[in-house]
Amino acid sequence: MSPSLLRILALVRKEFLAVLKDPRSRFIIFLPPILQCLIFGYAASFDLNSVAYVVLDQDHSTASADLLSRLDGSGIFKRQADLARVGDIAAWIDSSRAILAIRIDQDFERRLLVGEAAGVQVIADGRNSNTAGTALGYFGIVVDDFNTSWRATHNQAAPPIRIVSRSWYNPNLDSRWNMIPSLVGTLTMMGTLMLTALSVAREREQGTFDQLLVTPFRPSEIMVGKAVPNMIIGLTQATTILLIAQFWFKIPFVGSFVVLYAGLGLFLMAAVGLGLFVSSIAKTMQQAMLYAFLLVMPFALLSGLTTPISSMPEFLQSVMVINPLRYALDLTKRVYLEDAGFAQLISDFLPLTIIGLVTLSGAAWLFSRRLT
Amino acid sequence: MNGWAAKLRRIRALTVKETRQILRDPSSIAIGVVFPLMMILLFGYGLSLDVTRVSVAVIDEDASSDSSSLIGAFQLSPYFRVTLVHSMAEANALVRSRKVDGALLIPSDFTRRWHLGEGEIQVLVDGTDPNQARIMQGYAQGPIAQWGATHAGPGASPAAGPVVIVDRLWFNESNDSHYFLVPGLIVLVMTIIGAFLTAMVIAREWERGTLEALFVTPMRAGEFLLSKLIPYFGLGMIGFLLCLAAGEFLFHVPLRGSLLLLFLASMVYLLVALGVGLLVSTLVKSQFLASQLAMTLTFLPAMMLSGFLYDLRSMPVFIQGITYALPARYAVTLMQTIYLAGDVPGVIWPNLAILAAMGAALLAWTRIATRKRLS
Repeated sequence: MSPSLLRILALVRKEFLAVLKDPRSRFIIFLPPILQCLIFGYAASFDLNSVAYVVLDQDHSTASADLLSRLDGSGIFKRQADLARVGDIAAWIDSSRAILAIRIDQDFERRLLVGEAAGVQVIADGRNSNTAGTALGYFGIVVDDFNTSWRATHNQAAPPIRIVSRSWYNPNLDSRWNMIPSLVGTLTMMGTLMLTALSVAREREQGTFDQLLVTPFRPSEIMVGKAVPNMIIGLTQATTILLIAQFWFKIPFVGSFVVLYAGLGLFLMAAVGLGLFVSSIAKTMQQAMLYAFLLVMPFALLSGLTTPISSMPEFLQSVMVINPLRYALDLTKRVYLEDAGFAQLISDFLPLTIIGLVTLSGAAWLFSRRLT
Repeated sequence: MNGWAAKLRRIRALTVKETRQILRDPSSIAIGVVFPLMMILLFGYGLSLDVTRVSVAVIDEDASSDSSSLIGAFQLSPYFRVTLVHSMAEANALVRSRKVDGALLIPSDFTRRWHLGEGEIQVLVDGTDPNQARIMQGYAQGPIAQWGATHAGPGASPAAGPVVIVDRLWFNESNDSHYFLVPGLIVLVMTIIGAFLTAMVIAREWERGTLEALFVTPMRAGEFLLSKLIPYFGLGMIGFLLCLAAGEFLFHVPLRGSLLLLFLASMVYLLVALGVGLLVSTLVKSQFLASQLAMTLTFLPAMMLSGFLYDLRSMPVFIQGITYALPARYAVTLMQTIYLAGDVPGVIWPNLAILAAMGAALLAWTRIATRKRLS
């Protein structure tokens, strides 16, 4: 074995000891990703499974009762109260006890029977306009349903075209199928980048970095010794989340592990490279932490995790070319859900490789410059 | 009397020292000023849940004048970019290579069945982004309804159904997502400045041994904490003012409640966030652990579990239970209500009271945990 390799192995061992020997530190590296994966897997969904509503039914007819029973039978709409006066609506919406208030006028059934359009008024709590929009969308589905059966039972013609919707790769459009594979990249990047940035900054702050420098280690060996353990920790975190995705959330994995791990390896190389980059700029742990955070934050927000990249302004889209997480998210989801292969993922592999090489060599250059 | 004067002098001296430390460290300024600005710009201009334009592959198996006019309706729609393909396999390949977001299939018997009053077309979406897929399904209704209205088939009824929905979005009539992003942003910014930055502060003094040096002075634990609290409180309020200004001048989010209440709520929440940061810092005494803990305990929950982005009522019961323990939940409710709904006493006072109680408890706990003792 070459002496260089031996030295690197010794450093890797030392690095693992430093991180894993302290039980609190072991805990903080492995428990949060698991908890976050579980909690966010359940929490981070734009789907609604409960819509609290109140109703003001001034018609009291069979038709209005039919519409309301369809709502209550949907399993999603939860009726909180039957109101008597228009003035009562505000109190329910203001205090957030209801998202929707539905008002049915007294000529509802009469208009339906004579074939006129009968209006139903819906007031939605727009404090979170996204939630409100989704709730209104669900209400629209129930009304469509009602319309179809009303036409059928009252000899009115069906609408001319029926739309049949199907979805590829996620038959029920379950947002969890999108979220959890995305967490693989997001959580491991947060963990690895910060861990790397802090591990160097800690040595600097405690003065042990100077001790490393008087050893026969070359700067490049120190870098590899810092990079490899953190990449291994990152891969372990990623594997944990993948296991939770498959065995806890039961999201079927249809792709190839070889492709996925090749991609994750490159991604972690980029994340570690960024971490080393940050640590070569930071003088203290606080600086390393905060700079790493300032870097991770926009990367995570603009990765396509919460909102699609294609809806972002052109300028940001072109800046985000350097964001390794967006490629990792795309890659993970496509391998996981679509069984994409190397050929289809070239648009992810190529940028990840470039980002990894640039950040690692950039960090190496900054390191050696600071050392001499 | 003399004792009080000395006490004040000690607090002042340490506060000045802490403030200088903040001002001289570029990273504190980055978090106090650059971070709020960055978040304002990201949330204001970067994040949008609206899908502007969907590219769709159209397979026209019918190839009739009716089907081509239907395709024309999609081509005219501002929401669609149409690519014509010849087979489903081709469409699927385009979806897989991310060239299009979905496909529209007009079956070969479309015209025949449409004349019978049972026309059918298929909308196929890529489910890997379910939110976007659902929006596309919704968009597809538009051109189809429009086409249906102009090409009234035999025995067709008006395009609108028997029951039509007239909806109104209270508090946000124009459906502008900035309205709910700005109040949430205030909470996020204060969480980071309050908890994240302070989490490292006391731990740093432990690690560097400067706390031991302080022990030999007449400084009391309470005075020490106050001197840590005051400068970071100031930094947090700067972040708050930046967000407030952005909401007013950049995004024109209406402030329907009183400014006084908004200030009060923000200050109380900032104290809670500072309490979390200082407590974590005092308990773990290690910068690495403190920063990771603060991240896990404050920032991510404030983002995901506060009702800022995702609706709390749709979460499983045990997760909803967790959210009750998180200060961010109450803060987001407060901010959104004060901003958009106004001073609703039934929402404001209970939430504010809970936050105040949490803040008091956290700061008291920190005070008890800060003993002049060597470990």
